Amino acid sequence: MIELQQLRKCYGGGKARGGNLAGGVLALDGLTLQVPAGSLYGLLGPNGAGKTTALRILCTLLAPDSGSVRVGGVDALSEPRAVRRLLGYVAQEVAIDKILTGRELLQLQGDLYHLQTSARNQRIGELIELLGMADWIDRRCGGYSGGMRRRLDLAAGLLHRPQVLVLDEPTVGLDIESRAAIWGVLRQLRDGGTTVLLSSHYLEEVDALADHLAIIEAGRVIAEGAPSVLKAALGGDRVTLRVREFSDADEAERVRSLLHACAGVRQVVVNQAQGFSLNLVIEHDGVIEQLRRQLAEADLPVFALAQSRPSLDDVYLQATGRTLMDAELAVAGSRDPKAERKASM
Amino acid sequence: MTTTLPVPVPTRDPAPGSQPEASALAEISQETLALTRRLFVQLQRRPSTLVAGVLQPLIWLVLFGALFAKAPEGLLPGGISYGRFLGAGVIVFTAFSAALNAGLPVMFDREFGFLNRLLVAPLRSRSSIVLASVLYITSLSLVQSLAIMGTAALLGYGWPGGAGVLLVLVTLLLLVFAVTALSLGLAFALPGHIELIAVIFVANLPLLFASTALAPLSFMPAWLGWLAALNPLTFAIEPIRAAYAGQVSLTAVVLEAPYGQLSSATCLGVLAVLAAGLFLLIRPLLDRKLT
Repeated sequence: MIELQQLRKCYGGGKARGGNLAGGVLALDGLTLQVPAGSLYGLLGPNGAGKTTALRILCTLLAPDSGSVRVGGVDALSEPRAVRRLLGYVAQEVAIDKILTGRELLQLQGDLYHLQTSARNQRIGELIELLGMADWIDRRCGGYSGGMRRRLDLAAGLLHRPQVLVLDEPTVGLDIESRAAIWGVLRQLRDGGTTVLLSSHYLEEVDALADHLAIIEAGRVIAEGAPSVLKAALGGDRVTLRVREFSDADEAERVRSLLHACAGVRQVVVNQAQGFSLNLVIEHDGVIEQLRRQLAEADLPVFALAQSRPSLDDVYLQATGRTLMDAELAVAGSRDPKAERKASM
Repeated sequence: MTTTLPVPVPTRDPAPGSQPEASALAEISQETLALTRRLFVQLQRRPSTLVAGVLQPLIWLVLFGALFAKAPEGLLPGGISYGRFLGAGVIVFTAFSAALNAGLPVMFDREFGFLNRLLVAPLRSRSSIVLASVLYITSLSLVQSLAIMGTAALLGYGWPGGAGVLLVLVTLLLLVFAVTALSLGLAFALPGHIELIAVIFVANLPLLFASTALAPLSFMPAWLGWLAALNPLTFAIEPIRAAYAGQVSLTAVVLEAPYGQLSSATCLGVLAVLAAGLFLLIRPLLDRKLT
């Protein structure tokens, strides 16, 4: 349904001859993505990975330096208007007019999509029902909470019954209730045949919602697939072990080398940040008993031992070599907010 | 504000791909009307722009008109009072100021991201965004001008009469188109509202002083006379002043400029060319931001 091919985009600094960078920030570096029709697709990546840039290019707000964009077989670069009709876009920063009421905003939106007045008003009624907006839709938007604004924005994106709904970080900063409401609507849409593409830097959001996901880092896709498949592909179970509540580095290292020698243990890492706990990857459940025996023989206690299946965070770690949280910290310094803002105006 | 649309919009299958095209005109009207309606709803709920826009020229008229109330008779061409002389200047300046601010709402829409909402919508023509601003500013400045004209009449500064009013309105329309184009161009070219306000601030009063709004050309030193005779405001002021003096003929000379005599028709022609030229000039700017 959505095909992004080899997208490149550089902010600021101008392009040198041959498309090389000259002091700009490279936001997309050959990003390629295929979203199947009717799927709920998650774009996962740290802030600054290029998610928003990719979505803005998809929604015809931004032209890529190179690459192609097709939605439903239509070329977005040569026929932007046809693509705009197919798409509903819920932006990251909610743009509302504080002076208008929610209903007036939806009416305006309906006119921009050339809906007939009666059909428009009927559709607005449906969406008020669907998103639970009846109590406040006739109040001015200026007084809305974050959750109310998000819901209104989602309603605006859905007004013309788009075949594809694109959401940029739809639940950032929302309370749990609003988040659950939005998740519910997105699932309902997917079940009704709408293709939903959302970006997120919440692992659990993508894990809970998406049929497919792509991990984006530094402007390119580095892993792609169904969350369950990606997790299963990692294989093995995760074990977190503490011999005491607080161990020191020496003891942790001693335990590490002891356990590393065990059959069925793939990997042991000392996690300094968590008071020198040990993170292990093991082949199968049986290995746990073996671990306990080994520790008992070495006269070491066990303060805590937790076992889990691979999570999306492990998938992320495997693909990028670092956790999502570390990636966010690393990327924060390398952005050019001024150039990004300029491009967004 | 639930309003029924005066334009019949043909039924269209909401499922795209098939897209049986509705008439372009109907779609453009629908977009433009919706966008214009938004601007008027804003005005209605936040009327301070309109109030200030009427109040400020009234204060000009009353205070400035009184400033030279005791000037010797016969000082001004035609022996009219200063209040009468000033009326045309204040009317033009009011319309000019309103039009100069036309870009501000657009700039705020850019800054708050509302413009993006418009840009992801399948607008038939993105000129609708510009057209809505032009419609809004034009009606706003015409309302303001009529209020000033009414007050001027009450103050005893005269009334141009039927054909005269028409001439006044046509002149103002041309000026408002030209200045609105300029302001909208700036709203898309400048980086933010601070810069736009700075430009408006710098342009506003000097253009007023270097025109015939406050004093006739004969009062000015040669260099200022040249400036004033080239200032677009002067081309709007003089036909209106002539209309107030009861002279509605388009061919009569209304200004003795240093470079020759100008008739009302010439003045209007210059304003029309200016408006058309500015709209052509800002086209590339709009295209860059809007396509």
